[in-house]
Amino acid sequence: MEKRVIVIPAFNEGRTIGEVVRSALQVADRVLVVDDGSTDRTSEAALASGALVVRHVVNRGLGGALGTGIAGALRLGAEAIATMDADGQHRAEDVKRAFERLAEGDVDFVIGSRMIERKGNMPAVRRLAQFLGNALTFLLFRRWVTDSQSGLRAMTRTAAERIEIRSSRMEVSSEFVKEIVDKDLRLAEVPIEAVYTEYSLSKGQNLAVGMQTALKLILRRLLD
Amino acid sequence: MTVIQLVLVVIAGCGIAAAVSRFRRGGLSRLQLLLWSLLWLAVVGVVLRPETASFLARSLGVGRGADVVVYLAIAALFYLQFRLFGRLEDHERQITELTRALALKDLEGPPHGR
Repeated sequence: MEKRVIVIPAFNEGRTIGEVVRSALQVADRVLVVDDGSTDRTSEAALASGALVVRHVVNRGLGGALGTGIAGALRLGAEAIATMDADGQHRAEDVKRAFERLAEGDVDFVIGSRMIERKGNMPAVRRLAQFLGNALTFLLFRRWVTDSQSGLRAMTRTAAERIEIRSSRMEVSSEFVKEIVDKDLRLAEVPIEAVYTEYSLSKGQNLAVGMQTALKLILRRLLD
Repeated sequence: MTVIQLVLVVIAGCGIAAAVSRFRRGGLSRLQLLLWSLLWLAVVGVVLRPETASFLARSLGVGRGADVVVYLAIAALFYLQFRLFGRLEDHERQITELTRALALKDLEGPPHGR
């Protein structure tokens, strides 16, 4: 079977990363955790649960960690690469579904969308933020994705090699969409269920980060 | 000469001195030194002869000399801010690349036992 690697960017997720790694190992050959300069026991917990771990010496943000993870997965010889969140909001079976969709061979990139079946317990504020993210992504990059800010994705090796991630922080989710459009990658969305716990919500984004992300996306679009 | 003129001329003088010293240390190119010097000399000119600003204002269609100075200053600040944003983005990216290279060194060589 083709080699499947799951990349998990993690910043101070010591409480949940072990469980997430163990579940991820059920559906992939390798799990690569990118410890983004955590000050807690994220690395140790991930290692103990059987993940490969690389460490950022300083915190670089989500985009930086994902870029490192994807580059690392390519070095490990991955044929298919998935990404999932470290806070426990993604279920391994959904990652498996994304891998399987990829294996059908007619797409290069899969985004796990929380919006297709609308299962799970996404709070209304999140839903609004997500719609705004989708709308901005569409305005800037001309591609409507039902869940542009989703952290669960899967891509083929070829797609991963072609995608260039330049953003360091949260803009990365929309940047994936931009790359999909620019590089003419074939995209599919699969329904996923997001599990919101008090913990994952407490780690979530706030309005300020959202505004910053939006501003950066717009400025970058104007400058490029 | 009024006090404000004196203060502004001294500040402009410091500006030129700073530019020259940066040029000596290799921080500025010859062209950049020239541009900075011209900018500060223009400041001195406008401070000592405010009517030059009025002339500029009239020819640009702005009412008063003082106004045109403020408009130009704001435009210059915006431009600098814009440049700074770009510079900062570049640095962010470079730091990320460095961090990435360091992190991935662990993945090279024979597979680790972990």
